[in-house]
Amino acid sequence: MSVNWVLAWRNLWRHSRRTWLTVAAMVFCNVLLVFMISLQLGSYQVMINNSLAMVTGHLQVQHRDFLGDQRIRDSVPAAAQLAEQLRTTLKLESVSARGQAFALASSEERSFGVLIAGVQPQTEALVSSFPGLVSQGRYLQPGDSDAIVIGAVLARNLKVDLGDELTFLGSGRDGSFAAAIATVVGIVDTGINDLDRGVAQVPLGWFQETFAMGDHGHAVVARLPSLDAVPAAVADVRGQIMGHSEELRVLDWDALQPGLRQAIQSDLVSNGFMYAVLVVLVAFSVLNTQLMSVLERTREFGVMLALGMSPGRLARLVAMETLLMALMGLALGLLLGALLIWYLAVFGFTYPGMEEMAARFNMDDRMYPQVSLPALVWGPLTVFCFTLLAAVYPALRLFRLQPVSAMRAV
Amino acid sequence: MSAIICKELCKTFRQGDEVITGLDRVSLAIDAGEFVCLSGPSGSGKTTLLNAMGGLDTPDSGAISVGEQRLDTMSKSALANLRLNHIGFVFQAYNLIPVLSARENVEFIMQVQGMPAAQRRALADDVLAEVGLAGMEGRLPSELSGGQQQRVAVARAIASKPRLVLADEPTANLDTHSAAQLMELFVALNEERGVTFVISTHDVRVMGYARRLIRMQDGRIVSDQAQQPQGMEPA
Repeated sequence: MSVNWVLAWRNLWRHSRRTWLTVAAMVFCNVLLVFMISLQLGSYQVMINNSLAMVTGHLQVQHRDFLGDQRIRDSVPAAAQLAEQLRTTLKLESVSARGQAFALASSEERSFGVLIAGVQPQTEALVSSFPGLVSQGRYLQPGDSDAIVIGAVLARNLKVDLGDELTFLGSGRDGSFAAAIATVVGIVDTGINDLDRGVAQVPLGWFQETFAMGDHGHAVVARLPSLDAVPAAVADVRGQIMGHSEELRVLDWDALQPGLRQAIQSDLVSNGFMYAVLVVLVAFSVLNTQLMSVLERTREFGVMLALGMSPGRLARLVAMETLLMALMGLALGLLLGALLIWYLAVFGFTYPGMEEMAARFNMDDRMYPQVSLPALVWGPLTVFCFTLLAAVYPALRLFRLQPVSAMRAV
Repeated sequence: MSAIICKELCKTFRQGDEVITGLDRVSLAIDAGEFVCLSGPSGSGKTTLLNAMGGLDTPDSGAISVGEQRLDTMSKSALANLRLNHIGFVFQAYNLIPVLSARENVEFIMQVQGMPAAQRRALADDVLAEVGLAGMEGRLPSELSGGQQQRVAVARAIASKPRLVLADEPTANLDTHSAAQLMELFVALNEERGVTFVISTHDVRVMGYARRLIRMQDGRIVSDQAQQPQGMEPA
């Protein structure tokens, strides 16, 4: 091994406590970054999946003009039949057809505007978590005709309970007057007030009949096993509907819920700032260590200069010392971070109050960080690079050393 | 042929408001293979002259050459290269690298010179044996006596086969016995290898080894005379 590397390595252990403290700061920062980033990415997955599970699913087939204005006439023909075709195409059961219309819902005492969704009871539970959030009564069943499930806030506002009847007034797809009566069979409490205030679900057949939809719906919704499967599924479905109708289009979750990505990007920026502060703190710790190391060896560096070493070689020596220290921090940080994330990814973790919240929102009661290479290496590699950068200033100081004055240093 | 030529060297230092004269129009020539002692009280300019000869410090005015090269007009990197390949230094405080063994201390400079690993290891062991440290190659400086450390420093200085060795108070931290051994080593290297030695000292015992004794005072040469070496004299 080169004497330079031997010297750099041994120099690190001249003050072993100081070196270990600096390495420990790097390791702590690395483990924390690995944990936080993995957890953050994991929580985004949960957040996206939970949001998508509630209403939109991972992808939808809609009329090309429906998303913007949600007009009743911008519909999908033969929606139930298309859903059946897509089940075959995607080799997935979790595909369901829906229709929706705005109407005035009236009880004996009050009236409120609602969004009535016509759903396929047998498959809706596979694409949405909504059916699992029934707090009173039951969800829709195959064979139901004039049954309706409404949100808890709407039920309160209309002052209705299970078994009560609601009258609906609206416009049909053909512009005709739409009116019907449905019986409340279930009340849903999603915990999201906006949803609980304005949503009602009825069987798709009843919806189509009431709103003169024929066999039309407004969306065919698919819920996929994971977000990673979305691009391929979108391509498959696009191929499937190409010959079906030129008026249809396939929308992925990002198009259906653009706010979700914005929320994630905003969260990434704010957390990124916190991570940057952490990394800079560690870099300053390394800068301090290396600066002290250089200052206390001024005399030794003076001797080396006198013996004919160039300042560049001395700077390289300091860089090698920093590199070795940074490699130790990187290796130990990666190892401990990976072990921690592996454990938490397998067993998950929870915190006080999480179980109650999870039960309330029909979510998993444990959190699982996402195990991925970017989450594992991004933080430690950033710390590594900043650690090396921190050696630049101490190394540059060596270019200002004069052999005679340096050798006089105490 | 002259190893070192100094012409009208001047050097001053500022200490607060006071201007101290380090060298005051110093001129001298030292031939290749000479064994020279610079003597004089503290502050007489010995170390300043030695630093100028080694290219460690540049004079305010005057000219200085080592061999064919003008030191006062050379760049820093050229000076570093000259010191690395042609000048050996021995310091009062040994100045070994504490975390490297005796062999590694000697090897280190040879590595900077670009010598292959196997060759420099063999050469380091040979030089350490030459200075009487065979069997101690793997010891750290802290495991060696002062005299032994100074021998490692000499081995480091001569390993690159320099034409000139500059030694600044090399025996100041050594007992009489170690000092005598070191001076005999210098004499042997001077006689056997023809290395030019310039040693600054105010130790009269060391001066006895010199064939030329230059006395300095207040930055000036006050006497410059050849003498018959007598070896270590009782203090």
